Amino acid sequence: MKSYKAKINITLREGILDVQGKTVEHALHSLEYKDLSHIRIGKYVELTVIAPDEQSAVEKVSSACNQLIANPIIEDFKINIEEVTK
Amino acid sequence: MKFGVVVFPGSNCDHDAYYASSVNAGYDVEYLWHKDSSIPSDIDCIILPGGFSYGDYLRCGAIARFSPIMNEVIRFANNGKYVIGICNGFQILTESGLLPGTLLKNNNLKFICKDVYLKVENTNTHFTKEYKSNEVIRIPIAHGEGNYFAEESVISELEDKNRVIFRYTGADGNFDVAANPNGSVNDIAGIISAGGNVLGMMPHPERYSDNILGCSDGIRIFISIANNLN
Repeated sequence: MKSYKAKINITLREGILDVQGKTVEHALHSLEYKDLSHIRIGKYVELTVIAPDEQSAVEKVSSACNQLIANPIIEDFKINIEEVTK
Repeated sequence: MKFGVVVFPGSNCDHDAYYASSVNAGYDVEYLWHKDSSIPSDIDCIILPGGFSYGDYLRCGAIARFSPIMNEVIRFANNGKYVIGICNGFQILTESGLLPGTLLKNNNLKFICKDVYLKVENTNTHFTKEYKSNEVIRIPIAHGEGNYFAEESVISELEDKNRVIFRYTGADGNFDVAANPNGSVNDIAGIISAGGNVLGMMPHPERYSDNILGCSDGIRIFISIANNLN
């Protein structure tokens, strides 16, 4: 078995109004950062997974994301996985 | 008639739900611990109370949904028994898939604690028989994430089947943007399951079930359920 580090980025699905992002965008515009836009605020989750290979590691993390870590009704997630070498 | 109020770590409306169903409405009630793996056979209706179960970590209701008792609550609901989720309880019901959709952050990002008016849109349900059709009732809300959202097809289905039973409205019964406190799609405040035996609502009927508080519009939900059984 190998050890992998999974880095998961969770964001609100496109088309769902991100009220936090909008509020931060307004604040930035009032600070003269007029050319910053389309701000989306999400979550970042990091975890270690033990699996025989990278594909099964991704599958395991993906299943955990669908079941608990993210809410598929409103959130998308991206998994970045790297083997941990001692 | 016996209610069971589930207590999760972080529930804070469990005592109110207990008081409303027993002292105010006059029925039997007992607390059920979130780690319990069975529901006593004499319970007719489970209440998932408001609060901040598991500190609202990850998403409201996401962790509570995997408490041992929730497997039993899901089985209980699937057997056609009554379940009410109030506020955090509604969030737990959507996370568990017993009700569709989800609750987003309020569109003004504020935690809102105030009285709102609701229109009772469907009085032909187990939970609303004691109300008059299109009656406007006053019930308090207290939430930061009560902005009901579901895909368009889900909303259409809910509306076509009369499963939206409470909508935020003005005191006069007219819908307007100002009366919707949190941005919920189509002013939705409470819905029922396809089988009609599971109710989820953000407002707190248990907080307005005692005349001493100046309003007891909420108590008729508890009475409606009991009257179905009698």
